[in-house]
Amino acid sequence: MDAILLQILNGLDKGSAYALIALGLTLIFGTLGVVNFAHGALFMIGAFCSVTLQRILNISYETIDPTKTDFLGNPAKIKTPYVESWFGPEMGSSIIEWSVPLAILFAIPIMIGIGFIMERGLIKHFYKRPHADQILVTFGLAIVLQEVIKYYFGANPIQTPAPDALEGVAQLTSTIVYPIWRIVYFCFALVIIGAVFAFLQFTTFGMVVRAGMADRETVGLLGIDIDKRFTFMFGLAAAVAGLAGVMYGPINAPNYHMGMDFLVLSFVVVVVGGMGSLPGAVAAGFLLGILESFASMKEVITIVPGINQIIIYLVAIVILLTRPRGLMGRKGVME
Amino acid sequence: MSKLNVTRRGVIKTGAVAGAGLALPTYLSAASHSGYTNAPTGSTVTLGFNVPQTGPYADEGADELRAYELAVEHLNGGGDGGMLSTFSSKVLDGTGILGKKVEYVTGDTQTKSDAARASAKSMIEKDGAIMITGGSSSGVAIAVQGLCQEAGVIFMAGLTHSNDTTGKDKKANGFRHFFNGYMSGAALAPVLAKMYGNDRKAYHLTADYTWGWTQQESIAAATEALGWETVNNVLTPLAATDFSSYIAPVLNSGADVLVLNHYGGNMVNSLTNAVQFGLREKVVNGKDFEIVVPLYSRLMAKGAGANVKGIFGSTNWHWSLQDEGSKAFVKSFGTKYGFPPSQAAHTCYVQTLLYADAAQRAGSFNPCAIGEALEGYEFDGLGNGPTLYRAEDHQCFKDVLVVKGKDNPTSEFDLLEIVEVTPRAQVEYAPDHPMFAGGSLGSCNPGA
Repeated sequence: MDAILLQILNGLDKGSAYALIALGLTLIFGTLGVVNFAHGALFMIGAFCSVTLQRILNISYETIDPTKTDFLGNPAKIKTPYVESWFGPEMGSSIIEWSVPLAILFAIPIMIGIGFIMERGLIKHFYKRPHADQILVTFGLAIVLQEVIKYYFGANPIQTPAPDALEGVAQLTSTIVYPIWRIVYFCFALVIIGAVFAFLQFTTFGMVVRAGMADRETVGLLGIDIDKRFTFMFGLAAAVAGLAGVMYGPINAPNYHMGMDFLVLSFVVVVVGGMGSLPGAVAAGFLLGILESFASMKEVITIVPGINQIIIYLVAIVILLTRPRGLMGRKGVME
Repeated sequence: MSKLNVTRRGVIKTGAVAGAGLALPTYLSAASHSGYTNAPTGSTVTLGFNVPQTGPYADEGADELRAYELAVEHLNGGGDGGMLSTFSSKVLDGTGILGKKVEYVTGDTQTKSDAARASAKSMIEKDGAIMITGGSSSGVAIAVQGLCQEAGVIFMAGLTHSNDTTGKDKKANGFRHFFNGYMSGAALAPVLAKMYGNDRKAYHLTADYTWGWTQQESIAAATEALGWETVNNVLTPLAATDFSSYIAPVLNSGADVLVLNHYGGNMVNSLTNAVQFGLREKVVNGKDFEIVVPLYSRLMAKGAGANVKGIFGSTNWHWSLQDEGSKAFVKSFGTKYGFPPSQAAHTCYVQTLLYADAAQRAGSFNPCAIGEALEGYEFDGLGNGPTLYRAEDHQCFKDVLVVKGKDNPTSEFDLLEIVEVTPRAQVEYAPDHPMFAGGSLGSCNPGA
């Protein structure tokens, strides 16, 4: 029973990342009709926002300590972050320690800006082109973005640890413990998803966007500049992916390839959920996350070897065969 | 009924075309002129450095390339000479190899077997490389080794730790200086038993490819021989990034040790996930829960950050060694690049020197002559103590380092501390050991 509960928790964790990325993907598809293969790269850039902030906070001045030597036998250089000298060692190290949560504030404007530049600078030129062209250009963009990140940060993963207060495990029951940060990540995902839905549901702006998603032409005929709103939605989707990446850093150390690792899975999530369906993307994200976790259990692999590697695609095939528009897809959309 | 018209002109034409066709492959191979592939004819000799320049091991590949460039500089008489001054063989004098200046070309393996073979093939066929070396993956090493055997050039393997490289997939043209999974197990197990006791239950997570399989087999056999029980071994996909669903079952499995047979990004992520799940604070069967990483790399340890503290593993070489060879290499490398070399850099540097030395001693670039010079060769002064290139499988036998993640690192490079230098005798095995069975070296191919 404990094992099952643990795998459900794991699935919700994984599902959180899938759902957040898929939410942005389906938002872009639903509003702009663009299949954005660079969306995984936005997740990765979000994670590197956190790495960047960590590095900024660690900018240091050097002093020579004659009592110590470096690996070549020269007097050792001791680095002290400016933050520590400005705010005192205790306060300074606390600020550095909380760099991941602080990176949320840092990442939001950056990600909205990147989304805006991406949409205005490149993607808008492909609105009327076939989906294949959109996939090619956004996939190319994803490769360029990941190579840029690799050039500046290297190929090795870079740790962005959670604050000490949020590290360690929480005792959920007498026999079950679970990492605190993963619980934080799940709750964070729920808040973001809830905020996006509330924004679309309860604001005038959101209402116009939903109307535009349903019938772009009619909204345009009413004199509303729907393109501007959709550009903002692209920026919002980029911010959602970026925030998912920022908070994912303490779970797995950011590396330049992490966007690609999530991209294909997230697309499957979108397709299973139903292209353009926001609730579908979220539901499919959590569902596939849980299924993937169960498929990783030794007991399951023993019965069906290799199932852990194909479960998501298997489910996608079954769902598309039985329900071509996906779990919650609208009739006629990519059916 | 058809009539066969044979004319003198027709016979000459057909004969000329057939003759040219038959002769073409031999003509295209330089071997026809000198008896072996890519025999150097001018004043230079070209080596091919095939390293991951893109992909997940690009940082390790960059370090390998730095070491190769340093080795070439030293062979050509540049720099401070590095390990040339400490190497037990004194035939290399800084005038290149056999009087020819050493030049090099580079290829990108991308850590993919097909890409690595393509780049090695290109370096051999287009650039005239006479030797191929490098790599950071056993799958790649085995693939390129096979290609070099077919092409008739020597392959001096880079970082490859699978038993299979010099086991079932060994080749006469291939040579490995790096240690292997068996050696890691043989060195590590006694230290683990000493630190954690003989009554332990181990749960293995294993990367699902050649290196992972042989590493797991080796460490399980070595620890079981000392009384440990292997309670489970779960194969994880190489592409896995989040290992939480593999770690969670460990919590209530009854195991008190987790062995992570992972390398690179897999190791960084699985170790990070294991620490997140509080395994290191857990007490099982009345003992503190422990994690073991059989193959360590400083570059990977850096990626795992504070999670490596106190965790045991093994390594081929470490920059903090205090023998004269290691000190000379660290000084050369550190002065040139500003940071200490990794174990990948060390093995690549040493392999280049060993190749050059063998050619010099053999008096020829013929791969068969070089192979003969390397087989059964005993040397010292290259950072691992007295070392033997065993003739039977082309595997180097030398001391192995057991290391531990340092509790209080003094710099970003000071991540591992050497716990024990396991003597060579403890990690030796018979050439026909079952873990290495199933293949044969075959005969040397000079490409003629």
